[in-house]
Amino acid sequence: MFGALIIVFREVIEAGLIIGIVLAATRGVSGRGHWVLTGVLAGTLGAGIVALFAEAIANAFEGAGQELFNASVLGAAVVMLMSHTAWMARHGREMAVELAAVGAAVTGGKRPMTALAAVVGLAVLREGAEVVLFLYGILAAGTSSGSLFLGGTLGLAAGAAFTALTYYGLISIPARHIFTITTVLIALLAAGMAAQAVQYLDAAGLINVLSGQLWDSSPWLPQDGIVGRILHALIGYTDRPTELQLITYLAILAVMAALTWLAAPARRAHARSV
Amino acid sequence: MRGSALAVVVAALSVASAPAFAQEFNVTIRDHAFEPQEIRVPAGKRVSIYVSNEDASAEEFESPALKVEKIIPGKSKGLVRVGPLAPGRYEFFGEFHPNTAKGVVIAE
Repeated sequence: MFGALIIVFREVIEAGLIIGIVLAATRGVSGRGHWVLTGVLAGTLGAGIVALFAEAIANAFEGAGQELFNASVLGAAVVMLMSHTAWMARHGREMAVELAAVGAAVTGGKRPMTALAAVVGLAVLREGAEVVLFLYGILAAGTSSGSLFLGGTLGLAAGAAFTALTYYGLISIPARHIFTITTVLIALLAAGMAAQAVQYLDAAGLINVLSGQLWDSSPWLPQDGIVGRILHALIGYTDRPTELQLITYLAILAVMAALTWLAAPARRAHARSV
Repeated sequence: MRGSALAVVVAALSVASAPAFAQEFNVTIRDHAFEPQEIRVPAGKRVSIYVSNEDASAEEFESPALKVEKIIPGKSKGLVRVGPLAPGRYEFFGEFHPNTAKGVVIAE
């Protein structure tokens, strides 16, 4: 039972962290619970559908369908995080300064919540399909599956608790810093996702450049351990990164920084004109 | 725009998969264990490993060393592309049954 708990918990860490960060980044936004819940439900539904068609997806594109699917989902999430960051750079400052006005500002704009709800949905979709297949496998096995299934369910609960921990950890940060911190976290999330996406493209046989391994830190901090997993989800930690992964990671960080700076003057101009 | 992007992807895919001279290897999952548990592949080359899952339940073929993470649904076959690898041992495992499903790719 404990084994099943750990397996499911490991699978849901990434989605759990993302939901926690999104909730913290949108504190005070009216209707955000509704948006995040919609993202989770849509992602879960999508995960069920993906699990149902897992074999067909895996065999598409000459056996590279699953890799291309994962790369696409990650790529879409990166684009959503970019659009969110650009929007926040334009509207975020006044929100951070005057937290009470946040609800109105974002309800007027609507965009950051749809983008972030999509990020939540995509994260749940990607990891949820694995959980669905794992739990289905337990049920299909029949005999003595009860305690295993219970373990899996407790793993999901542990994932939800982890989300709550992330959220309460983040919102305990003073309000004037939380905007900066969630912006940095979202940039790191996007960079890590993009680095993962290029590795999927490599595994799909689509990219075969710069695939040399830069270092191996797995003896000290294995990526498949719990701490490694958390860092992997949070900042894109990879114990054996390729050259292309590091380049992509740094490039996306640069793009996120550029989006923040480029969008900011528009905000100032806007403030003057008002 | 979206159509042309798709065309580029499809074109790139056909280019990438056209020289499909990658050497092929097979591994079977039975009763949540790999068979064989040791796969010897040539170093410095791209290789294809076909993973047949004969169990009713899904397995995730995972290896940080090989930079692979792939779900193999029950009663189905999946293709894992790895390499080019430097000579050495690369461990892999089934994430859903990590206690029994273990194996190693040896590049030489």
